[in-house]
Amino acid sequence: MKVINNRQIVDDSWQAIDDESNIKQLPDNKIIISLAFWNKHKQSLTARDDALGITLNPEDDVAEIAADLSSFALVVLQFPAFRDGRAYSQARNLRLHYDYQGEIRASGNVLRDQLAFMERVGFNSFEIDDHQDINDAINGFDEIEVKYQASSDESLPLYKRLTV
Amino acid sequence: MDTNPLPTTLIDKAETGQRPGMFIYNQFDQQLIDERVAQFRDQTQRYLAGKLSEDEYLSLRLMNGIYVQTHAPMLRIAIPYGLFSSEQMHMLAHISRTYDKDYGHFTTRQNIQFNWLKIEETPDLLADLASVQMHAIQTSGNCIRNTTSDPLAGVAADELEDPRPYCEIIRQWSTLHPEFAHLPRKFKIAVTGAQKDRAVTLIHDIALSLVKNETGEIGFKVSVGGGLGRTPMIAQTVRPFLEKQHLLSYLEAVLRIYNLKGRRDNKYKARIKILVGSMGVEAFTKLVEEEWLKIKDSMILDQAEIDRVKADFAPFAYEKNIDPKMLEQHTTTNPTFARWLDHNTSDHKVPGYRVVHVSLKSPLAAPGDISATQMDITASLAEQYSFGLLRSTYDQNLVFADVKQSDLFDLWQALDEADLATPTIGTLNDMICCPGLDFCALANASSIDVAADIQKRFQQLDYLYDLGDIDLKMSGCMNGCAHHSIGHIGILGVDKKGVEWYQFTLGGFSENEAKLGQRLGRAIAKADVADTVEKIAQVYIEQRQANERFVDTFYRIGIEPFKGRVYESH
Repeated sequence: MKVINNRQIVDDSWQAIDDESNIKQLPDNKIIISLAFWNKHKQSLTARDDALGITLNPEDDVAEIAADLSSFALVVLQFPAFRDGRAYSQARNLRLHYDYQGEIRASGNVLRDQLAFMERVGFNSFEIDDHQDINDAINGFDEIEVKYQASSDESLPLYKRLTV
Repeated sequence: MDTNPLPTTLIDKAETGQRPGMFIYNQFDQQLIDERVAQFRDQTQRYLAGKLSEDEYLSLRLMNGIYVQTHAPMLRIAIPYGLFSSEQMHMLAHISRTYDKDYGHFTTRQNIQFNWLKIEETPDLLADLASVQMHAIQTSGNCIRNTTSDPLAGVAADELEDPRPYCEIIRQWSTLHPEFAHLPRKFKIAVTGAQKDRAVTLIHDIALSLVKNETGEIGFKVSVGGGLGRTPMIAQTVRPFLEKQHLLSYLEAVLRIYNLKGRRDNKYKARIKILVGSMGVEAFTKLVEEEWLKIKDSMILDQAEIDRVKADFAPFAYEKNIDPKMLEQHTTTNPTFARWLDHNTSDHKVPGYRVVHVSLKSPLAAPGDISATQMDITASLAEQYSFGLLRSTYDQNLVFADVKQSDLFDLWQALDEADLATPTIGTLNDMICCPGLDFCALANASSIDVAADIQKRFQQLDYLYDLGDIDLKMSGCMNGCAHHSIGHIGILGVDKKGVEWYQFTLGGFSENEAKLGQRLGRAIAKADVADTVEKIAQVYIEQRQANERFVDTFYRIGIEPFKGRVYESH
């Protein structure tokens, strides 16, 4: 599968792991697990050498994994429908309140016309929805250059950037 | 497209549609709306080429104010806090002629709507708008909408501070805010700085009211969770005093909590009022304050920025010693003028000036409607008599805020000739009304023809004036765009098995505090609506004491006498 990482189309190097998987038979690879799987197998998982990613659902509070964030090279946030905007605030919380520096990936109904918003709040990895062309989607980032507000990409609002 | 060229005066000034007394765009403000037009043009082309689904495009066009209505796409254009210039009004006239059917409709949220557009022409229309610093960004969709305010801001004597600079600061903060572009539901903010709340702030998702604390500092009282529709609620105070420097951090905290916690499983329970109602205001406030404490110091709104924006709203150099003689003379010799002066103008904080209310409630047109010709006329009159600025109001009229007393007679003549001087401001016939079944895809019942029936019933001006201030509001469905729940008399159209019926509520109001109306009884048939209003008026006339207003009589005698009269013969 192709994903957009830091505005480049690349092969996805992560493998998602089913909740039913046997903890002893995990692939030697970068794996993505659920919050439930993490909570159940925290000890064995931290002992692994390969990088870990975790998926949160929109209703999950990112504070739940705050103490464990250093274990994760990737946090995947879900868009069950593009209209469901909870993951924007989850991503913003991760960057703003927990200073999370790893990869934040948008998964689900991820569409070209929301990419710029997603990038601004802190997403830097995008699994584009199957029915959209990823080569077209990548053009969605720079349509609007003027950004009034501070967010994860700009630490100051426009007026302060102008007067600095 | 070339059949109706812009007036030459506008072409000369096409560089800018803005004037002193309103916020003047800098290159970045302009660049943003130009970029948004280009982006929307691309989105529309991709949709027309079949690359975007109906559903995906729907959300994108809503974010740019475009609905698909009963007959055709409708576009809602933002008039930030209701303030716009003569050039901008001329542009609206041009748009109505070029892309629509020569008229527009002003809404209760101070915006203007056009009802008969073609989707493929909307990008050109938006480009025309951007040429005069106007846009349709976030006028619909589940995002932060146009911030509304007091139509008398800056000229009202009861004002603590002009709220418009804060509205503009909020406009910029909320425009394309990445985190809050996909909220559970729409989100409306209103700001007032006066004693009397002319912006009905307490029915907004966030109500900001400029207040003074015990040390004399001016800041905001913040209330959250107002809204009408199916579950009408009045906003509750979450912070009695917020320093100005924390305005944006506090808004951001409220929005973040709402974005994460607001319901998304049922669109009728998705507004913030439901979240506040279900958690309780204390628990909600606690969450907001916790979030706010974390972000407030990194999001200080600088005084220099407030001052920069404020400078654009500086008061005009008003003339002194305006001779009152001419006005007095006209008032004595022309009773029709005197009547208009009495009803359609109000006090200005500067002696010698008055605020003129331009009525869009002519019996010949639907409430809030304005023709292209009237747009051009009001634009020119504002230019001539009111510093080239106009305001749109919550009650779907226009205001010229700064008219010299000595100009009032000439202005009245010009307005009267254009059917813009119906002398009924504040009366029962100055009703607020949504477009109803005639235009709106959501409506259950018509409202425009019923409004016309009522206006006809009360066309005797002496009778109308005798009834005094009665606030009548009529919505064509539960969504309550005309805010029937807070009307002294509220009328709600419902559909029962394909027949239109009308439910009455009495006693709603929205002044310094707000209260929802009480239901009168079972719904009334369409043919009996005007009769019912008249019966309600009769009960008031019989029961009122001295100078008691309708709503005060209602609260003294209760709903029973009205109920008795309306349903006695049924």
